[in-house]
Amino acid sequence: MLHETSPLAIGIFAAFVFGVLWLSFWLGRKGQSAQGYYAAHGQVHWFVNGVAFAGDYLSAASFLGICGMIAFSGYDGFLYSIGFLAGWVVALFVIAEPIKALGRFTFADALDARFNSRGIKLAVAISTLVVSIFYLIPQMVGAGSLVTPLLGLPHAVGVMLVGAAVTVIVVTAGMVSTTWVQFIKGSLLVFFCGILTVLILNRGLTVNAGRSGPVDLTPQVRTVRPDGTVLVDGRPQSADHDLRPIGTITRLPERFAGKTTTGPLGPLAYLAALEDSTIVTWSQETTVDQDGTHVTFTPRERPAAELLRPGGYFKGLAGGTLAGRLDFASLMLALFCGTASLPHILIRYYTVKDAAAARRSTVVGIAAIGFFYLLTLYLGLGAMTSGALDPTDTNMAAPLLAKSFNQTLFAVISAIAFTTVLGTVSGLIMAGSGAVAHDLVENVCGVQMTDHEKVRVGKLAAVALGIVAMALGILFKGFNVGFLVGWAFNIAASANLPALVMLLFWPRTTKQGITAAVTVGMVSSLGWILLSADTFEKVYGLSRDLSPMPFSQPGLVTIPLGFLVLVVVSLLTPAPTRR
Amino acid sequence: MNNGQPHDPHDQLSPSRLGLGLFAVYVLLYGGFMGLVLVRPDLLASRPFGGVNLAILSGLGLILAAVVLSAIYMVARSNR
Repeated sequence: MLHETSPLAIGIFAAFVFGVLWLSFWLGRKGQSAQGYYAAHGQVHWFVNGVAFAGDYLSAASFLGICGMIAFSGYDGFLYSIGFLAGWVVALFVIAEPIKALGRFTFADALDARFNSRGIKLAVAISTLVVSIFYLIPQMVGAGSLVTPLLGLPHAVGVMLVGAAVTVIVVTAGMVSTTWVQFIKGSLLVFFCGILTVLILNRGLTVNAGRSGPVDLTPQVRTVRPDGTVLVDGRPQSADHDLRPIGTITRLPERFAGKTTTGPLGPLAYLAALEDSTIVTWSQETTVDQDGTHVTFTPRERPAAELLRPGGYFKGLAGGTLAGRLDFASLMLALFCGTASLPHILIRYYTVKDAAAARRSTVVGIAAIGFFYLLTLYLGLGAMTSGALDPTDTNMAAPLLAKSFNQTLFAVISAIAFTTVLGTVSGLIMAGSGAVAHDLVENVCGVQMTDHEKVRVGKLAAVALGIVAMALGILFKGFNVGFLVGWAFNIAASANLPALVMLLFWPRTTKQGITAAVTVGMVSSLGWILLSADTFEKVYGLSRDLSPMPFSQPGLVTIPLGFLVLVVVSLLTPAPTRR
Repeated sequence: MNNGQPHDPHDQLSPSRLGLGLFAVYVLLYGGFMGLVLVRPDLLASRPFGGVNLAILSGLGLILAAVVLSAIYMVARSNR
């Protein structure tokens, strides 16, 4: 769909982005030592760190991806919310205090604390880079999706805007500015999503999103011709002739007979009323011929109750195949195990002063993140019935929901979504930069550096990672960001969690066991993803049937494999000596 | 980085028994819910309370359970 830009939206957006950049420069004065650059001197207050956890974690996948998935596929998007939050239970009860006690700058510090092994440092540094890059992809894709309707700029320009802004944030002040950017972004995101939820409940449910006349149920066809021009229903796309926005209710429950709107509803009454309503969903089918690529959007009127139970997105759940169920189980296991294995989350434990602060900040993070995930259900369902969805872009559901209220809210929500991306990407680039400068260059290669040189190498690594992120963000345009981030969780959980858990619970764990578990977990999960049916279809453009893997999400196999490899290799190598 | 002074984590860290207990409680809740989604998704369509189906109620409940268990943990550890 084409989207009109407004000076107000551009002004609000610019104010947010420049405000964040100014803050970054201002804070940049405080983080010039290695301890300041990588760990914010370990002096961040636990409450600030807890909200920054939320800012770090509530990425484009949580905001744009989950809301879009619920809006288009119903309840299954909410399963992501449940899984994403569940991972924090592992982080709090098992990982938080030990990881703080073990490490200093990076995740590799923690895993290697007992051994001082170059093999562990190398394996963990590479795993950190791989996970960070896979997590970066959906953030950059989300950024590209946002600027198109907001600023009228192409997807690639949005990706480059984020890449440039984040690189500036990280290079100027490292973890100090990253922490405050994430704190502000986390606070704003939760607050404004709360406001948006109140507005959704206050609006209630309305037939045909308040438009007069019956819901238009004719299919729509979008064609991209070989020369790049776009047709809608056979005529050139323009502001006057475009795809119709979708997401409408056609019938309200019996108790609202004769009315076209329910009026304000409470949180549970909203869900109950939607369950008894009838809505329109749109399937899409793509065909390619000599005239171009044709995507046909076909409407279907159905009971909303069908979308408020599992099976709308994960087809294996609704009477599907065993492979489909295993695929879902594998994803949910990866989400549960992945959070406590994400390098950009783990390094945040080094910004507080002690284990008690680490614990308290995790609890604050869980409260903020949990509250946000409760809201995602209403945001997604509100978008599903807003009559404002762009059928070509699931990632734009939340901002377009805001637009259905007014242009100002749209600008604010889009700007917050953009800072959401900034906050998460800056955390990821910090993690990657630390892995390169501290783990690879200093500890693996043995390059002795002054404090100033460590910071400079970290900044150079941040610039390089920023460029990689921009390239990948352009390459993966059009993917649902929630789906993409599932890959990162699978790799993180497979590569990092077995080593971390066994280090804490099994004294017989050896350095060879950790190195092997990280390496095998990372390579096996990455290889599985690259050979999966989803990747064959969505990345390579090949038939799903060509994939050799039985299901697409690897965690169900590769996480236990990591544990197994660690145990076997540890038992085959000399037991560590206690020092 | 340890600056050449590796330390033994068993001397200074281990997840607390309370934390592991609460973790076990949540694993049971999460595992039970996922088992239901995988094996008997039809049960989740029932509407036991307020006209809202079990799928949504249990999902909301799992999120709230994580928040409540973490609050219990923080209070209990702070009182030591």
